[in-house]
Amino acid sequence: MEPLREVAGRAIPFGAKNVDTDVIIPAHWLKTITRDGLGQGAFETLRADPDNLFDSANFKGAPILIAGDNFGCGSSREHAAWALLDLGITAVIAPSFSDIFSSNAFKNGILTVVLPQSAIDRLMEVAQTDPVHIDLGSQTVTTPFQDRFEFEIDAFRKACLLEGLDEVGLTLSRDSAISAYENRSRGQTPWLATGELVS
Amino acid sequence: MASKPRTLYEKIWDAHVVERRDDDTCLIYIDRHLVHEVTSPQAFEALRLAGRTVRRPDLTLAVPDHNLPTTARRDAAGLPIPIADLESAQQLAALTRNAPEFGIRLIGDADAEQGIVHVVGPEQGFSLPGATIVCGDSHTACHGGLGALAFGIGTSEVEHVLATQTLLLKQSKAMEVRVEGELGPGVSAKDVVLHITGVLRASGGTGYVIEYTGSAIRDLSVEGRLTISNMAIEHGARAGLIAPDEVTFAYVKGRPYAPKGAEWDAAVTWWRTLATDPGASYDKVVVIDAADIAPSVTWGTSPEDVLPITGFVPAPESFADPSKQDAARKSLAYMGLMAGQKLTDIEVQNVFIGSCTNSRIEDLRAAAAVLKGRTKAANVRWAIAVPGSGLVKRQAEAEGLDQIFLAAGFEWREPGCSACLAMNPDKVPAGERCASTSNRNFVGRQGPGARTHLLSPAMAAAAAVTGRLADVRELS
Ligand code: SF4
Repeated sequence: MEPLREVAGRAIPFGAKNVDTDVIIPAHWLKTITRDGLGQGAFETLRADPDNLFDSANFKGAPILIAGDNFGCGSSREHAAWALLDLGITAVIAPSFSDIFSSNAFKNGILTVVLPQSAIDRLMEVAQTDPVHIDLGSQTVTTPFQDRFEFEIDAFRKACLLEGLDEVGLTLSRDSAISAYENRSRGQTPWLATGELVS
Repeated sequence: MASKPRTLYEKIWDAHVVERRDDDTCLIYIDRHLVHEVTSPQAFEALRLAGRTVRRPDLTLAVPDHNLPTTARRDAAGLPIPIADLESAQQLAALTRNAPEFGIRLIGDADAEQGIVHVVGPEQGFSLPGATIVCGDSHTACHGGLGALAFGIGTSEVEHVLATQTLLLKQSKAMEVRVEGELGPGVSAKDVVLHITGVLRASGGTGYVIEYTGSAIRDLSVEGRLTISNMAIEHGARAGLIAPDEVTFAYVKGRPYAPKGAEWDAAVTWWRTLATDPGASYDKVVVIDAADIAPSVTWGTSPEDVLPITGFVPAPESFADPSKQDAARKSLAYMGLMAGQKLTDIEVQNVFIGSCTNSRIEDLRAAAAVLKGRTKAANVRWAIAVPGSGLVKRQAEAEGLDQIFLAAGFEWREPGCSACLAMNPDKVPAGERCASTSNRNFVGRQGPGARTHLLSPAMAAAAAVTGRLADVRELS
């Protein structure tokens, strides 16, 4: 994964509450076999309207999404995170997220920023005309108008995002511990340690 | 060595800890990984993009099931019959490509061993007691019926297991669900697990791993235990477990991937140590009297909406919880039912016997026992029996069960997930009802607008011959 230190640019002032994963990416997109191209299906129902926010000149390709409470609720489909990424979104700001969505987002290198509704309201206003800046190191969201909002983030997630470490990469760095376990298991429970056909 | 008494769950967990982190997260080793075509393509894609390999292809087994049509797969010349749905075909082709590329064994769509992952794993002896087993499918808990710690994972986790053979996990709380006593006539493992889901509700097991104990559970065959554990997720639990015992060992012995010779003896010795120690404590205990369990059916759109077949469709106002009242109202509207209706008055147009919950040989035998010498009612438009694997199918045919199904007006199909979920051609039409031995009665699960009633194989057979939900005890 790419290291993520800051996300800067236009922010889509979406603001809707309880946006479920079916809105983010409808179920009929789940039969795909790649992560790419899901951006096409992202917010498909909303984007059927030619005047939608996502495809407007100002916000097309914007890296930040501003949403309301409980973003990403509903089914646990990881396609929601892939769809946002494919749309170019690498950070979502909202008052709250569903657990499973924020975990899926994190696993895919998307930053989820939790801010109080008052801050969201202000950012929605700024976003209409101006860019927003998120700095992960200092855990702040700032605007060209001296607004400055601090946010909390799990230290482990922050470190992973800053260094571009994905969970798989992190676990692979524990290779010696895994190998040691496998050696132990070969001695203690050899029938579990291999999965070959036994004749 | 006097150590603290532990539960079955704790023992399996402890035996698989690679590393413990400061925040109580553990890196857990995964002994067996089952892969199917729906949740794996993007995991393989990610490995490819990152230049990573599969750490233990020998601990991984791939088998297609969800998308496969259950009609013939080879034509008279032995050539593959193309799959009409392009996206299904694409997912299946991806698995056929990815497995060899990453060195993983693949059971192909026309192999005798092909079937639903959760039927194939135990049947092949690939799933073993005391093992940690994962699959990108929420009914993986099924394998817990063997005394394995088995649970479903998402695509990122599939990738994580492929690359590292481990998962980062926090230990869940432990719940005991004890079912004591003898099951009454006509009451099967499916009725037990439906009843448990009704008692615990759909979220009662959230945050727990459930161990099913008690004489009624011990008296079940391994196949019945798999049926119970299969539905752990339907009452919210990530995994279900049943302590391995002599019945389990007899089931596992001699299967293709099961240990043999001296290793078998060592394995059995270890498996015997896994049972929960006397004095070990659970975070929660629920006790159920087997005598309270009747042949059961669901009336709504959540698996917790369970009633004895002798019951009546409930009035939404009868629920104390306002949100449940609301849900019940929506369920009744979707299901086209009215409060107070007698369950045995509900007509069905479709009957589905299959799915990883109820497609093993004992399930087919139970259904065939009811169907023998009878035929489906005129109003039953579509009745299918779908064996869980090619081997189950072969066994059933050797016993002549296929002839009983066919004579009763059922279609006899190739193995796969079939009408359990609307991902392949086996769908229930909108507005029609299906008596189904599967595990989920969610809105749209068997097809847009389809109305599902969950029940046991014998009860499904009873529904087929009477054309309505029926009490199997009245048919014997
Ligand atoms: S039979 Fe149904 S529940 Fe079982 S694996 Fe297939 S789709 Fe999932």
